[in-house]
Amino acid sequence: MRRSLLFIPSNSPAMLQNADIFGADGVIFDLEDAVSISEKDAARTLLDTFLTMYPLNKLEIIVRINQIETSITSKELEKIVSDRIDTIMLPKATKESTLILLNQLRNIEHEKKLTKKINIIPIIEMATSVLEVSDIAKVERVNGLLLGAEDLASDLEVPRTLESLEILMPRALTILAAKAHKIDAIDTPFIHKDDDEGLVKDAKFAKQLGMNAKACIHPNQVEIINEIFSPSMAEIHQALRIIEAHERPENIHKGAFSLDGKMVDKPIIDRAHKLIEKAKAWHLL
Amino acid sequence: MLTASAGTMESNDCLMIVSESDQLTIDLESIVYLQFKDQIEKVIRETLKEKGIEKLHVHCQDKGALDYTIKARLLTAIERLENMR
Amino acid sequence: MIKNSLNRMILEGFTPYGDKHPNSCLKINHRPSNNTNKQLRSITDAFDKLQIKDGMTLSFHHHLRDGDFVLNMVLDEIKKRNLKHITLAPSSIFPIHEPMVELIKHGNIENIVTNYINGPVAKTVSEGYLKGFLTMDTHGGRPRAIESGELMIDVAFIATPAVNSFGDGNGIQGPSQCGALGYMMSDLMYAKHRVVITDFMTEDLLIKEIDGHYVDYIVQVDKIGDPQGIVSGTTKPTKDPVQLKIAKDTIKVMDALGLIKDGLSFQTGAGGTSIAVAEILRKKMIENNIKGSFASGGITSYLVNMHEEGLFNELYDVQCFDLEAIRSYRDNPKHHPMSASKYANPCHESVLVNDLDVVILGATEIDLNFNVNVTTDSHGYLMGGSGGHSDTAFGSKVSIITSNLVKSRTPIIKESVTALTTPGSTVDIFVTERGIAINPKRKDLIQKLNEVSFPMMTIEDLYHKSIEITGKPTPLIKSDKIIGHIRYRDGSIIDTLYQVRK
Repeated sequence: MRRSLLFIPSNSPAMLQNADIFGADGVIFDLEDAVSISEKDAARTLLDTFLTMYPLNKLEIIVRINQIETSITSKELEKIVSDRIDTIMLPKATKESTLILLNQLRNIEHEKKLTKKINIIPIIEMATSVLEVSDIAKVERVNGLLLGAEDLASDLEVPRTLESLEILMPRALTILAAKAHKIDAIDTPFIHKDDDEGLVKDAKFAKQLGMNAKACIHPNQVEIINEIFSPSMAEIHQALRIIEAHERPENIHKGAFSLDGKMVDKPIIDRAHKLIEKAKAWHLL
Repeated sequence: MLTASAGTMESNDCLMIVSESDQLTIDLESIVYLQFKDQIEKVIRETLKEKGIEKLHVHCQDKGALDYTIKARLLTAIERLENMR
Repeated sequence: MIKNSLNRMILEGFTPYGDKHPNSCLKINHRPSNNTNKQLRSITDAFDKLQIKDGMTLSFHHHLRDGDFVLNMVLDEIKKRNLKHITLAPSSIFPIHEPMVELIKHGNIENIVTNYINGPVAKTVSEGYLKGFLTMDTHGGRPRAIESGELMIDVAFIATPAVNSFGDGNGIQGPSQCGALGYMMSDLMYAKHRVVITDFMTEDLLIKEIDGHYVDYIVQVDKIGDPQGIVSGTTKPTKDPVQLKIAKDTIKVMDALGLIKDGLSFQTGAGGTSIAVAEILRKKMIENNIKGSFASGGITSYLVNMHEEGLFNELYDVQCFDLEAIRSYRDNPKHHPMSASKYANPCHESVLVNDLDVVILGATEIDLNFNVNVTTDSHGYLMGGSGGHSDTAFGSKVSIITSNLVKSRTPIIKESVTALTTPGSTVDIFVTERGIAINPKRKDLIQKLNEVSFPMMTIEDLYHKSIEITGKPTPLIKSDKIIGHIRYRDGSIIDTLYQVRK
C-alpha cells in the first residue's frame, strides 16, 4: 500500500542507513540517475551488502535499475534480485522493455529459487510510453505506474512548469491505465524541494485527478505527501459506518442495502474495507 | 604494482585502497578506531576469505562506515583491481 | 576515592553528588572599589599595580567568545614575567585561546576553573599536561562558587566593549560589541580586584551594565577582540533531513504534551537543530495564535524575530549570539540582560531557569538512566562542558534532549557515559531519529502521551536498535590519571575526569 515512495541514492551510506526513518511507505533505492556512470559498480555492490546486512525496518523495498537497453541491467538484476526486495522500478519503460524485464525476473527467481515474485513499477516518461501505457499496465507483475514528468517534458520538447499543464494529458492517461488495471497510480516527484506550499498544491491536484501515491525526491516531502494521500477522518468514519451497516443482521446477506437514503452495493462495501485496511496500516485508526 | 580504490572520505563511508602484494597486510585508520578496530578488521579478513584472496595490501581510511559499507567498498576495490589485470 | 549517588568514583575530600555541600551557599561580601584614579596605560601596569604574582587566581568572561583577545593579552604578560602556579578561571575557553597551551605545558598555568572548554587547550588538558586540576562548573554553579568564596578571584580582567572614565561600561557600543554581559557580574562584584579592558572610551554610554563603583582600573588597548569571532555568522536552521526530522518530532512531542500554549517559556541553543526547533515552533505558534511569556539563554536572531512578532513577550539574555540579538538588546525594552547568577545560581530561589517550561538541549552521550555527557567525546577528549545544560535541565518543567541515535558509527546511548555532566533525574525526554524515549520517572508525561496514543519507545529499545546498527563498541578503558572533575551546580562533585589514552 503506497502513499509516499522516497528516492534514496544507492551509493551514499549516510542516506541508505537512514532510509527507513522518514515514514515513507516505500523506498526507491536508485541505481540510475543518482549514480554516476563510473560509480555504478560501487553502488550496486553497496546496495547489495546493505540489503543483506543492515537491520532495515519493514517497508516496501523498490530498486530503480538502469534502462533495460544498457549493458549494466543484467549485472544489476543478478546482484539485486532476491527475497529482500519487493519491486523493480523500470526507467524509460515501453511495453517491450517491461516484457523483457518480466522474463529476466522469472529466470533469476527460478535460478535463485526465490520464495516470492518481484513486482514491477514501470516509469512512464517517454511519449511512446504514454501511448502504450495501457499495454504496459497489463503486463504481469506490474502493480503500479510512476509518471516521470521531467524526462517526459524533454521528450515532448516543452518546458516543465509549476502549473504542469504540459503533463496534464499524460498524467490523466497514466491514471486511467492504472485504474483500469486496478494498480497504483503514482505521481511524478515535485522537484522543488524547499517549496512546501508548491508541493501541497501539486500533490492535492494529483490526488484530485486520481493519483493515489507520489514519489518524493527529498525526505522532507514524505510527511506532507502521506498526509495528503491518506484517507481523511471523514472518509474513515463513513467507511466504518458502511461496514457496520452491512454487518447488521438485516443487511449481511443482501447484495445491496440503503444507508442515509443512498444505495450501498458490493463495490462500495469492498472500497470501505480497503480504506479501513489502509487506515489501520497507516496508524490512522 | 596495480592499485585500485573504492568509496569516499565522506562521513559514514570509507576509502578502501587495495594494491597487489606478496603478502596480506591491512592498514586501518578510523575515527572509531578504539571502539571498532577489531570488528572492521574482522569484516575485511572475512571478505578476503570469501573471495579466496590470500595476498593483498588493504588500506582502509574509515569515516565511521558500518560493516556493510566496509565490505562493499572492499569488494568493489577488488573487482576494480581484477578488471585492471 | 569514594562513590557518589550516581555510582561515579570521586576524590575524597570533596562533597559527593547527592550529599549536601555544607558551605555551598555561603555569601561573602561585595567588594566595591575605593580607587579614584583608575586609568592605566597597559596590562603590564595593571600587573605591577596589583602585584600579580605566582599562585594567584585570575578570571575572565567569555562574551567575546572565539574572538577574544583579552585573555591572550594577560597570558602574554604571565609568560613575560614567567609567573608560576597560576589558576585561570575564564567562564569558557575557545580555540582562540591556543597560546594557553604553551603556558600549561611550562607550568605557568597550573589549575583551570571553567564552564566550557574546546579547541587546542581542551586537547592539551585531556592529554594530561595540566600540572594541577581542571574544575568544570555550570553557568549557575560558577557564580555560586564565586559568591560563596569557594572560587576566590584575585583579579578579574573584564573585557568591556564600551567604558567611561569612571569605569562604567556596556557591551553594545564600540567596535567590539558583544551585547549583554551576563557572565561577568559575579567576577565584578566579588573578585578582590577588577580591571576593565576596553578599546572604546566614551562618556556617552547608552546603558551601564558595569557599575564603575566596582572597577579598580581601566586599561585601554587597541582591540579587545575580533568581531568575526565575537558574533558568529548567524547559524541557519539545519538542512540535514535527519536533524530536521528530530526537530519536527521535538515539536510533535511538545504539542502532544500540551506544552505549546499561551504563557509558554522556552529556551533552546544556537545549533542548527535547536534553531530548526525554534523555527517550527514559530510556525506552530502563529498557526494557533499562541503568545508565549519569555524565551531565554543565548539569544539568536530567530528568537529576536519571535519576540518582535509578539510570540514571546520578553527575552532574557545572558549572551548575544549574533548582531541581530545585539541590535534587539539595544532597541527592545523587553529584551532584558541577566547575570549568570540571576539566570541559574542554585542558591537563589527566583532564578530564571526555575521559571522555564521547556528547554531543548543536546548530548554527546546519554546512558540508560538518562545521565548526559556534554563534557567529553566518546574517546574522553574534552570538547565542551555544561554551560547552562545542568542548570536548565534542573530548573525547567520539561527538559528535552535531542540527538542523532547513531552518528558515523558512534551510538549515542551508552551503558555508562564517558563523563557525567547532567544527572538523569533532571532529564525528561530524549528525541532521536528512531524514536522518542521518556524518563520512566516522569510518569505524568508518559500518561499524557498514552492518552493521545503518542508513539514512545524505552531508552533500552533505542539502545538495542542502535547497537543492532553499529555493532557493540569495545568499552573505553580509562587511564588512571585524574585530570580534574565536574562540579555540579550545587558544588558537589558529579564525576571525575581522566587523562585520555593515546
